[in-house]
Amino acid sequence: MNISGQEFIYGCSAIGAGLAMIAGIGPGIGQGIAAGHGASAVGRNPGAKGDITSTMLLGQAVAETTGLYGLVVAIILMFVKPFG
Amino acid sequence: MGKEPDFMIHGIVKYTLGGQELWLTDTVISMAIISLSLIVLGLAAKKTMKKASEVPAGFQNLLEAGVEMLEKMGTGIMGGRGRCFFNYVGSVFLILLFCNLSGLAGLRPPTADFGTALFFGIATFGLVQYQGIKNRGVRHFSSLFQPIPLLFPINLIGELTAPISLSLRLFANLLSGVIIMGLWYGIMPLWANIGIPAVLHGYCDLFSGCIQAYVFCMLTMVYLQDKME
Repeated sequence: MNISGQEFIYGCSAIGAGLAMIAGIGPGIGQGIAAGHGASAVGRNPGAKGDITSTMLLGQAVAETTGLYGLVVAIILMFVKPFG
Repeated sequence: MGKEPDFMIHGIVKYTLGGQELWLTDTVISMAIISLSLIVLGLAAKKTMKKASEVPAGFQNLLEAGVEMLEKMGTGIMGGRGRCFFNYVGSVFLILLFCNLSGLAGLRPPTADFGTALFFGIATFGLVQYQGIKNRGVRHFSSLFQPIPLLFPINLIGELTAPISLSLRLFANLLSGVIIMGLWYGIMPLWANIGIPAVLHGYCDLFSGCIQAYVFCMLTMVYLQDKME
């Protein structure tokens, strides 16, 4: 099989995009921890459900940022093709 | 089957400015439509509030509930002194909400273009830095050397990455929604395009869009509060 340099770079970019999405693990764990603590907080104090939910969503959205950086890197590698 | 998935920004009108080839993209078109609808909304709100009744009903009810929510949120984070920022935060929230929800109306959300998102990030950054210098003077710069001067580079990076993280969060959330919707509409067979996209729109546009507009405004208020004392 004959692979030109251009195709090799595209293939490596696709692998790199896949590797970049490993960043999704961190936010998953972080958001899960936030949701779990939110659930236990609602269990302890059901009256404060609205406040707890909005605080939890804010924290989760901020925790998501690192995963989104990974997503942006993956999208750039796949569609912008900076090395090819 | 057979259609290519399509989620890129398209140029619609080409023009040249000083020898440079420029495009009017669908971001610009969507933004113009959104601005027009916001202006219409604002005029309607003004007309309604001019002949406001003691007991609110209909549209007036909605407006008062919105302003009340903004006040509750803003004074909760920034205290009474944050009142002067409500106009900025409120306008940014409304325009981001309309931008994020415009995917439901068949437009390409303008915030899924990094240019738009970066503008909002830089505007907030400029306001925050201006307030820091105005309220704290020299202390705004000397606080970069706290608690020990060795930490200056880290503090500086922490300040300067605020607009990038704000705008990238907004942009990446919306772009991922646009890509998922584009892939679904592009590669799924016809029977999968009946009913099921509504669920995806509900998550990618409605939920994600509202949360991101809310988070952007919350973080703007947190940054401002940080610079006020």
